[in-house]
Amino acid sequence: MDPVLDIQRLSIRYAGAPAPAVRDVSFTLGRERLGIVGESGSGKSTVGRVIMRLLDTAEITADRMQFEEVDLLNAPEKKMLDVRGKRMSMILQDPKFSLNPIQRCGHQIAEAYRTHVKCSKSEARARAIAMLEQVHIRDPERVYDLYPHEVSGGMGQRVMIAMMLLTDPDLVIADEPTSALDVTVRLQVLRILDGLVRDKGIGLIMISHDLNLVRAFCDRVLIMYAGRVVEALDARDLDHAQHPYSRGLLAAQPRIGGTREPLPVLARQDSWLEPLEAQA
Amino acid sequence: MKPITIDRLSISFGPVRVLHDVSFDVAAGECFGLVGESGSGKSTILRCASMLTDIWDGTVRIGDQDVRKMPVAERCRTVQMVFQDPYGSLHPRHSIRTALDEGLRINGFDDREARLAQAMRDVGLPVEFLDRYPHQLSGGQRQRVAIARALILEPDVLFLDEPTSALDVSVQAEVLNLLVRLQQEKGFTYLMVSHDLAVVDHMCDRFAIMQHGRIVEVLDRDAITGGGATQPYAKQLIDASLEYERAI
Repeated sequence: MDPVLDIQRLSIRYAGAPAPAVRDVSFTLGRERLGIVGESGSGKSTVGRVIMRLLDTAEITADRMQFEEVDLLNAPEKKMLDVRGKRMSMILQDPKFSLNPIQRCGHQIAEAYRTHVKCSKSEARARAIAMLEQVHIRDPERVYDLYPHEVSGGMGQRVMIAMMLLTDPDLVIADEPTSALDVTVRLQVLRILDGLVRDKGIGLIMISHDLNLVRAFCDRVLIMYAGRVVEALDARDLDHAQHPYSRGLLAAQPRIGGTREPLPVLARQDSWLEPLEAQA
Repeated sequence: MKPITIDRLSISFGPVRVLHDVSFDVAAGECFGLVGESGSGKSTILRCASMLTDIWDGTVRIGDQDVRKMPVAERCRTVQMVFQDPYGSLHPRHSIRTALDEGLRINGFDDREARLAQAMRDVGLPVEFLDRYPHQLSGGQRQRVAIARALILEPDVLFLDEPTSALDVSVQAEVLNLLVRLQQEKGFTYLMVSHDLAVVDHMCDRFAIMQHGRIVEVLDRDAITGGGATQPYAKQLIDASLEYERAI
């Protein structure tokens, strides 16, 4: 099967920045779940944003950046308007800030649909309500008419997922989709997202700082450090990660029932800034 | 080392009752955790007990003193707080030296230069960083500065409001190790708010689970893995955390 996304040697430099934020990142994505993990500032969200072509002032170079038949490097903005939100969409971290506070939740979902699909308002409403049901919202008619401040964080994030999946995209980029949520609802939201992504055969890029989360919900993992991919491996092999940075990240996580010994701390090394030969 | 006693603490913001008769004790030198979902009132307890808000009812005692009756300067030398977001809790246009020195100056400490240097060494930062500004530091370094600012007044009690939730796991490990070491060296009593049971399990001896402004249950650390919770919500929260950790 053709890859959904094919990125080769992508480098990104923000306007005015002395050094690139992302260097030589290459990966391909099929209809699978790919995790991108790293610390803040490692460039993981920047990669997600560039795929959506949301950074118009950054200097982007790549040998290849292809989304299905669309060449993301050269596609005109007019084309991107058609692709963005319809064939690829993005789930952001915090529903409190990413939903429009003065529009009802349901309207926002219906609007996302009507932007891309020609249909009547009542049909969009029916679609939105059906989608709310799919993200396990019990009383979708009622939630449709609520404002974002009237719903909880977990429900807000499900509204966001509903909005993003309603147009049946081929690629979804989830940028820290659950880090603003309480632990009691985090797993529930992740499972809903995971179920929909699998059922619909969507390619998912999950951006997270949490290696363990990515291990549970992704097939493959890219580990980024200082703008480079230092290691790429199957999620189930994460325990056998070779790179000292990946191993350090895993070890630094406190675990329930742990020993309470001092946690191992990353000893950062300059050699990590060099590219590795093994790339996915 | 001083114990903390909180007795029937209640507060309302307008018509909304945010805390309902919260009572618990923290032993001297203990690390006590407050856990619960957002909006359950965890941070509000810290803000009340440190008198950042004073419209509450009930009593809070630190050592044998009522916090309401303590003079401001004495209260600040007894209780200090470390906030969640190191990006928001340091004045962006004050150098680290200014930020740390302010408390010393107000409280009339002598030998300030030596104390500044010692505070930086205590939190594992180079003394030269005193002349930097917050934007020249990473998130973990800023949180160290925030901790240095709290401990420079030699308090007995530290309130920690999600001290690591804005940090990466790798940096979180450094800050947690630092907090553990400082407690061993200086015998602080910690009252720590966290939403992460793994962090609570790593740091705390006992913890309280909160929901809707009430303490549902106070548990020992062992209750997380040992299944010692008896209240339904406490069980649910612990199970969710364990499940999250196991799924992962």
